[in-house]
Amino acid sequence: MPDGVNTGIGASVKRVEDYRFLTGQGTYTDDINRPGQTYAYILRSPHAHARIKGIDLAAAKAADGVVAIFTGEDMQVGSLPCGWLIHSRDGSPMHEPAHPPLAQGKVRCIGDQVAIIIAESLEQAKNASELIDVDYDVLPAVVDMVGAAAGGTLVHDDIGTNVAYDWIIGEEGDVDTALAASAHVTEIDIVNNRLIPNAMEPRAAIGDFDRATGEFTLYTTTQNPHVIRLLMGAFVLSIPEHKLRIVAPDVGGGFGSKIFHYAEEAIVTWAAGKLARPIKWTAERTESFMTDAQGRDHITHAKLGMDENGKFTAFKVETKANMGAYLSTFATSVPTYLYATLLAGCYTTPVIFANVKAIFTNTVPVDAYRGAGRPEATYLVERIVNKAAKEMGLDPVEIRTRNFIPADAFPYQTPVALEYDSGDFMATLKSAQEKHDIANFPARRAAAEARGKKLGIGYSTYLEACGIAPSAVAGALGARAGLYESAEVRVHPTGSVTIFTGTHSHGQGHETTFAQLVSERLGIGLENIEISHGDTNKIQFGMGTYGSRSLAVGGEALVKALDKIETKAKKIAAHILEASVEDLEFKDGNFTVAGTDKSMAFGEVALAAYVPHNYPIDEIEPGLDEQAFYDPANFTFPGGCHICEVEIDPETGTVDVVRFTAVDDVGRVINPMIVAGQVHGGVAQGIGQALMEGAIYDDDGQLLNGSFIDYCMPRADNVPSFDVGHETTLCTHNSLGVKGCGEVGAIGSPPAVINAVLDALEDFGVEDISMPATSAKVWQAIQDAKA
Amino acid sequence: MSSLSMTVNGKSVSSDITPRTLLVEYIREHLGLTGTHVGCDTSQCGACVVHVDGVAVKSCTILAIQAADADVTTIEGISDGDELHPMQEAFRNNHGLQCGYCTPGMVMSAIDLVNRNPNPTETEIREGLEGNICRCTGYHNIVKSVAEAAQNMGG
Repeated sequence: MPDGVNTGIGASVKRVEDYRFLTGQGTYTDDINRPGQTYAYILRSPHAHARIKGIDLAAAKAADGVVAIFTGEDMQVGSLPCGWLIHSRDGSPMHEPAHPPLAQGKVRCIGDQVAIIIAESLEQAKNASELIDVDYDVLPAVVDMVGAAAGGTLVHDDIGTNVAYDWIIGEEGDVDTALAASAHVTEIDIVNNRLIPNAMEPRAAIGDFDRATGEFTLYTTTQNPHVIRLLMGAFVLSIPEHKLRIVAPDVGGGFGSKIFHYAEEAIVTWAAGKLARPIKWTAERTESFMTDAQGRDHITHAKLGMDENGKFTAFKVETKANMGAYLSTFATSVPTYLYATLLAGCYTTPVIFANVKAIFTNTVPVDAYRGAGRPEATYLVERIVNKAAKEMGLDPVEIRTRNFIPADAFPYQTPVALEYDSGDFMATLKSAQEKHDIANFPARRAAAEARGKKLGIGYSTYLEACGIAPSAVAGALGARAGLYESAEVRVHPTGSVTIFTGTHSHGQGHETTFAQLVSERLGIGLENIEISHGDTNKIQFGMGTYGSRSLAVGGEALVKALDKIETKAKKIAAHILEASVEDLEFKDGNFTVAGTDKSMAFGEVALAAYVPHNYPIDEIEPGLDEQAFYDPANFTFPGGCHICEVEIDPETGTVDVVRFTAVDDVGRVINPMIVAGQVHGGVAQGIGQALMEGAIYDDDGQLLNGSFIDYCMPRADNVPSFDVGHETTLCTHNSLGVKGCGEVGAIGSPPAVINAVLDALEDFGVEDISMPATSAKVWQAIQDAKA
Repeated sequence: MSSLSMTVNGKSVSSDITPRTLLVEYIREHLGLTGTHVGCDTSQCGACVVHVDGVAVKSCTILAIQAADADVTTIEGISDGDELHPMQEAFRNNHGLQCGYCTPGMVMSAIDLVNRNPNPTETEIREGLEGNICRCTGYHNIVKSVAEAAQNMGG
């Protein structure tokens, strides 16, 4: 390794990107200012459902500093597209009502965009917005999913229903037969609470237009700049790719909420073209609450059949999934292919059927949030498994081990489409139990009891599918895009390297992890490697970062590009060293003729490629710059075991997470420090979902907790330190053996927390509690059980 | 317009500003010091924390003119040239940051915490950082970072 320091695979290298973030020199979208920049404020609907009878702009247009005001009447463009087509059980395509960037005569949720006010200063834009008089005819709002599915008031009049699709997977008849023949059937009604992603950086967008070149530039807080270029350019604004540049600079967290193409991006880009001046829009936090796509929000009824030994025989699931008022970019895939295909979990359940109805309501659109569908599936499976154990008189661990897919059964074909390539659920379970010091749980429980507290323990043994995704599979399932990734390795004449990746880092540390892959392969130091991402004018192409795909898909594309670099470099070195390619060894940055002391450093080969005086010019071109696209053969399947221990004060209902252990199998780990950090963050979000977070709408569709004062975000004193470990089985279909680690924490943890809460409350006879299990809810459950 | 003078990161600055300008707006928009961030509009998240006369303040919550003649320090002003402040160094060592957005405010709050309590326990660190929200790290490595920095700051 360079300088004797291990900077390759498996090293906890300190992050390359940290210096700029720690010294205040990160460049986030709102930090960017363009010459001649104007400022935008977006006037939004205060109503969840209303007809716009008229908009009086006269006073606002005359206000100080106002440059322009546009409404939906001015902005006649394409609809914000949905990227995944789902077909209903009768074969009909889903309903895709129009999603205009600026409202066209009707608003369908709070926060819907009504007008953009552009002024010389933000203050002037906001002042002018208060002079706009919108005449609303307020309509009844549909908020409750069950009521919405039944009909009545329609969110979209033109489609005649509030059901976007009614989709199934599996054979219902087979499942019903197996359930009827089961020794016992456990049933559960479960709600997966709606969450607000709340990346700490609010969304922002700057539209810019260069009259001289006719090129538009959009600086935006996105996880996938090329996807935004495609969606906005091709579907909304009709701007060809070569005239549209998307820049996603430093982005302050995403968690899925910055995947989607948002109205504001299209509005500022379009308006910049009209005005030929840059326009900056930055969300206030309250706007983030109202306009960032929200997460989860399922209502499910499920039945799990078992034989007399607690072996699962069949699983039947009926889910209603809230879409909100419009179909956000990937909303339709979340409760279908990212949810129902995970209902086998880590168990051998032989037959599974799921029916998912996607419902429009007058609420903010719902889409992927960290885990996207997989937390909902895991929560359902791990809750019903615990309930089944109780009903069968089995220990919750025992029922799991009786049903685990054995480690020697891989590859394993589930009844819901996926073929798992690797895993060892017993190994992660045993390792987690040991780390958690399960043996002393009874003593800890007795000690808590002596203090008047209730200690409970909860398990979640889970599997998830990520590394999204094989394009052909995704396409067959309705995806309207490919899901490969690309990488370019540009070796400079003196041997330093720039990597261009189509993935995007918004906290994951790609500038470090990807550089480690290059350092390992080329034997050069991290200081000679630059990772470039987030600019469509620099990066060849890419599908971005979500679904824990960056390393499993983007990293593998990088490996393929490095393969090409090595192949070409060997030919150059062989020519200069007057040896055959077959006799060359490449190790620690040197090409050596086997069995001799003849060698060339990587940097010398690079120079020869760009100064080709002694060069095999008849055989290969000058230069050392290679590109690769990689489309995975399968999803990757991380899994593991999370164990949560909570202490509840029965007098107040307060739940403290006192111990949390996560042992995950994420495949090969490139940087253990970064992987642990990803797990910590995911688990904290899972604890947030289980105990604190939840969007609350009233019957009129008003979001009642639309600020950090009202929406309970996990803070430092709400979570413990975590005990994180790994048991590794390698992914079998990528060369790195990596699976992905970004979402495991948020997927695995919520059922572990709720199972622990129910375990602690067992003495009181509490059998069910919904997320978030706040102290008020826990206290009430204890009182109700006592009554 | 009001005229305003203060010291920011050791340099004297003066400007004419509208009286309702918040300190964070002054720092970001007028002085171009964009390390200080805005993460909310309700004084909850702490991304905007700076030091005013050595004490941590949420700069979205005071007017710039309230800091007139004060000595203001932002994230850009705590390292000694290329040498990071022990708190910055500890965050780097312990992976106490991911996306970096909450980080400046978190670091400024943590320095203030350690200034007030040179040997904080884990509980004291967690309670002391209750006014700073991080969505990435789950706080685990932030707490480790602050504990390490406290040692290196001479606690």
